[in-house]
Amino acid sequence: MRKLALHDDILMQVEKPARYIGNEVNAVVKDKEKVALRFAMCFPDVYEIGMSHLGIQILYSMLNDWEDVWCERVYSPWTDLDEIMRKESIPLFCLESQEPVKNMDFLGITIQYEMCYTNILQVLELAQIPLLATERGEDMPLVIGGGPCVYNPEPIADFFDLFYIGEGETQYRPLFDWYLENKRLGGTREDFLHGAAKIPGIYVPRFYEELYHADRTVAGRRKIYEDIPDVIVKEIVTDVTEAHYPLKPVVPFIKVTQDRVVLEIQRGCIRGCRFCQAGQIYRPVRERDADKLKAYAVEMLENTGHEEISLSSLSSSDYSRLNELLDFLLAECGQKHVNISLPSLRIDAFSLDVMSKVQDVKKSSLTFAPEAGSQRLRDVINKGLTEEVILKGASLAFEGGWTKVKLYFMLGLPTETEEDILGIGDLSNKIAAAFFETVPKEKRVNGKVQITTSTSFFIPKPFTPFQWAPMCTKAEFLDKAHLTKKGIMSQLNQKSIKYNWHEADVSVLEGVFARGDRRVAQAIRKAYEKGCMFDSWSEYFHNDLWLESFEECGLDIGFYTTRQRMDDEIFPWDFIDCGVTREFLLREWKKAKEQKVSPNCKAQCQGCGANRFGVGVCYEKR
Amino acid sequence: MKIRIKFAKYGAMKFIGHLDMMRFFQKAVRRAGIDVKYSEGFSPHQIMSFAAPLGVGIESCGEYLDIEVLSMSDPEEMKDALNRVMVEGVEVLAVNILPDQTKNAMASVAAASYRIHPKEGDFGVPDLAQSVASFYAQAQIPYTKETKKNVLEIDLKQGIYEIHADETQVFKENMSAAAAMFETAFKEKRMTVPCIEMLVDASSSGNIKPTVVFEKFCAFAGCEIPLCAIQVTRLETYTDTAKEGEPHCFVSLSGAE
Repeated sequence: MRKLALHDDILMQVEKPARYIGNEVNAVVKDKEKVALRFAMCFPDVYEIGMSHLGIQILYSMLNDWEDVWCERVYSPWTDLDEIMRKESIPLFCLESQEPVKNMDFLGITIQYEMCYTNILQVLELAQIPLLATERGEDMPLVIGGGPCVYNPEPIADFFDLFYIGEGETQYRPLFDWYLENKRLGGTREDFLHGAAKIPGIYVPRFYEELYHADRTVAGRRKIYEDIPDVIVKEIVTDVTEAHYPLKPVVPFIKVTQDRVVLEIQRGCIRGCRFCQAGQIYRPVRERDADKLKAYAVEMLENTGHEEISLSSLSSSDYSRLNELLDFLLAECGQKHVNISLPSLRIDAFSLDVMSKVQDVKKSSLTFAPEAGSQRLRDVINKGLTEEVILKGASLAFEGGWTKVKLYFMLGLPTETEEDILGIGDLSNKIAAAFFETVPKEKRVNGKVQITTSTSFFIPKPFTPFQWAPMCTKAEFLDKAHLTKKGIMSQLNQKSIKYNWHEADVSVLEGVFARGDRRVAQAIRKAYEKGCMFDSWSEYFHNDLWLESFEECGLDIGFYTTRQRMDDEIFPWDFIDCGVTREFLLREWKKAKEQKVSPNCKAQCQGCGANRFGVGVCYEKR
Repeated sequence: MKIRIKFAKYGAMKFIGHLDMMRFFQKAVRRAGIDVKYSEGFSPHQIMSFAAPLGVGIESCGEYLDIEVLSMSDPEEMKDALNRVMVEGVEVLAVNILPDQTKNAMASVAAASYRIHPKEGDFGVPDLAQSVASFYAQAQIPYTKETKKNVLEIDLKQGIYEIHADETQVFKENMSAAAAMFETAFKEKRMTVPCIEMLVDASSSGNIKPTVVFEKFCAFAGCEIPLCAIQVTRLETYTDTAKEGEPHCFVSLSGAE
C-alpha cells in the first residue's frame, strides 16, 4: 500500500481530498528502482480542470509506455491545502508515488492560458524549487514548459529551464536520451541544457538575451553559445493517425470538467479566423483516420467505463468523415447506453438531426459564434459565417423544437464602429423574430424563445494577423459593453434576449501576458509575492495587486496592450517559427483592414507557409 | 436478476465520498462488462442501490450494493471480473444472486458493527475493557442529536446493541485494520493495537454514528483522544430478520449470521 504524502487529519480538513490521493483507475504506478528517469507532469490549476486536459493524458500515456520512464501527475493544490502546505512546509508531491516533486528529474508544466502564470510560481514554490531557473542547483528538477502559451514564452522565460515548442509527441525521446547520456558522462546541468538547446523544438531561454531599443521595443536577441539555433521551429506530428493515443486515460473519482472519453479527430483548422491563435499555430490541418477513431472509441469506453464520449477539434464540421463517424458512434453508443456530447457543430440539417438524437431538444441550446455584429466586421476577422446562414440554421432548429440559442461575440475587434456593436443587438433580435415567424403560436413551448448573447473582449495574440493590432483600454471595453446592452434593450424582442459580458480587468492583463516580453516576468513574480494566485478564478483575482506590481516594476500596461505596432516591429516571439510566416500574417492584417476575406485551406491555398511540413490539408486534392 | 455485491474500502479510498463511490462502481460495472439493467427514459442509468452511506475517512470490510442484471454466468466469475477492474483499496468480497422479492440493500439495513482504534499508541484509558463495560452498564446514555430541522434528546443506549474492548491487527504504514485483513502478503508490516468494537443501529430512522458513541465513551472514561487520532472501520452491515415484537435477529446483508 502506498503511504500518502498528507496526514489523515489534513486530508479530512480540506475540500475534496480525492484531488490529492492519486490511485485512480489507469493511473500508472511503477517500481521507482526500475526506471531511469522520473517526470512530473503538471497542469497549474486545480485537479478538476487539469484532469480534463487531453494533452496531458496523451503525454502521460506516451511517456509511461517507455519502460525506463515513470511519468506522474501534479496539479495546483487548492487554496485551502496551499495554506496548510506553506504553514507546515510540506513539499508538493506527485499523485502516483506521493513523493516530492523536487525528487524528480523533470517537472513538465503545460501552459494552456495566460491567467495561470502565478500558479506556475505556486507550484514551483510549494515544490521547494527556486523560482528563477538560473538559481536552481544541480539536483533540482529541470523545469520544462509546453502548450499554446509557449508560442510567446518570454513573460515566463525566467522561470523555466527549457520550453518545448510544438506538439509533444516528437522530441521527448531524444531529449530524455540526451539527459540520460549526459548523466552517464557525468555532465552538468549546463552541459545538458547546452545539448538540449540543439534538439529541434527545444528552447533554452537562459542562453538568449533580449535586447531593447530606447523606446523599449525589442531590438533583437543575443546568443550565449554560437552553436545553438537563432530560430526555434515548432514540432509537429506528421502522421496523426499513427501518433500515440491514450487508450487507457486516467479516470478520476470526483467529477471533473471533462468527464468523458475524448476522441481527437483532427489537429489544426482550415478556417483562418484572423483573431484566432489556435487556427494558426496548429497548422496544417491533419485528420485522424476515422476507422482508427472508431476502434479507439470502443476500446477507450471499455478501458474507462465512461458513460459519455465527445469529439475534440477546432472545427469538427470540417472533418471530412464526420457523418460516418457520428453514425458509427450513434449506433455503438446507443447500444451501450453511452451519451454523445457533441462539440459545437455548424448548424445545418445534418447536425440538427444528429443533435436531436443525442440531446433533449427542449433542454439543450444551440450555439452560434458570429464573433462580430455586422457582415463588414465579420469580413475583417475572416469569420465566414453570414447572417443568412445563421438565420436559416436558427429557423431549422426552431422547427425541430429548440427554443434556446446562445450567441458569442467579441468586442474591441480592429476597425470596430458603433454600427458593428449595435449589429449585435440587431442580429439577436432577428433570431428571436425568426422564432416567432417559424413556430406557430399553438406550438410554442411556454410561448418563449431564449436568446443568450455573450460578449468577450478581443485580445490580440501572437502569431495571428491581429498581432499588430492595438487592444482597447478597460474604459473603452466597458463603453462598448454598455453600448451593446443599449442596443439590445432597444430591440423589439429585447425581453427574449439575455446579455452577459466578461470582466474587463482580466482581459487587459491577459493582453499584457499574450504579447509581453521578458521584462513582464518581474511583475508576475511581484504579483505572486503579493498573494495573486488562481487569477482565472474571479473570486481570487485581485486587480489592484496586479496594477501595483506593474507600477512598482516600472512597467506600463499600455505599452503592451493599446500601443500601435509598426509593420516592421520586432516582436518578442519572432524567434519562434510556427510554420505560418510573418509575411503571410502581415498580408492578412492588411487584407483585414481592407475588409477582404480569405478562403479556407480546403477552398484555396493562401500560401501561409505551413506546407513546409510536407503533410496535411496542404497536400490534399482541392 | 438481482445481485448483491459485498466489498471492502480502505487505505486512500477512505477519502472517496459516497456519491463518488457510486460513480466509481457505475464505471467499474461497465469496465467489467457486466450486462447491467438500465432504467427507462431519456437518460437511462444503471439500476444500483447502496446499502448504507459510509462517511469520508471511515474504512469498511462490509459495504454492500445491489444491481440488476439482464444476464450473467456465475457469481464467482462476476466477482473476479469486478476485482480485475478495481483499484487498490477496493476489493469485492462476494457476489450473491438475490431472490427476486428481496428488499433492496438500502431498505434492508438495520444495524452495523464498527471497530475503533487509535492511529498512534492507545486510548489512554487504564483498564479499557472495564471502562467500556461500565460505560455500557449505565441505565441510560443521554445524547442531544441536532438535525437540520430540530434538536432531539435521545437515549443512545437503545441503539447500542453491543460494545466491548478488544485488540486488532493493523497495517503499520497507514494504521489500517482493513488493510491488515486484505493485504495479507506482508506479515512483518503489522502490529497489534487496542480497539473498541460495537454493534449499533444503522436503520434509516435510528442511525447512530460510531463516533458519537465513542465521544460519549471518552467523556465517560476521561479519555482525551481527538476524533482525528482514531480510525473507524465498519466491519459488517446487518439486516434484522426478527418478526415485529420479537428480539432483534441480525443477519449480515450477505446472508451470514
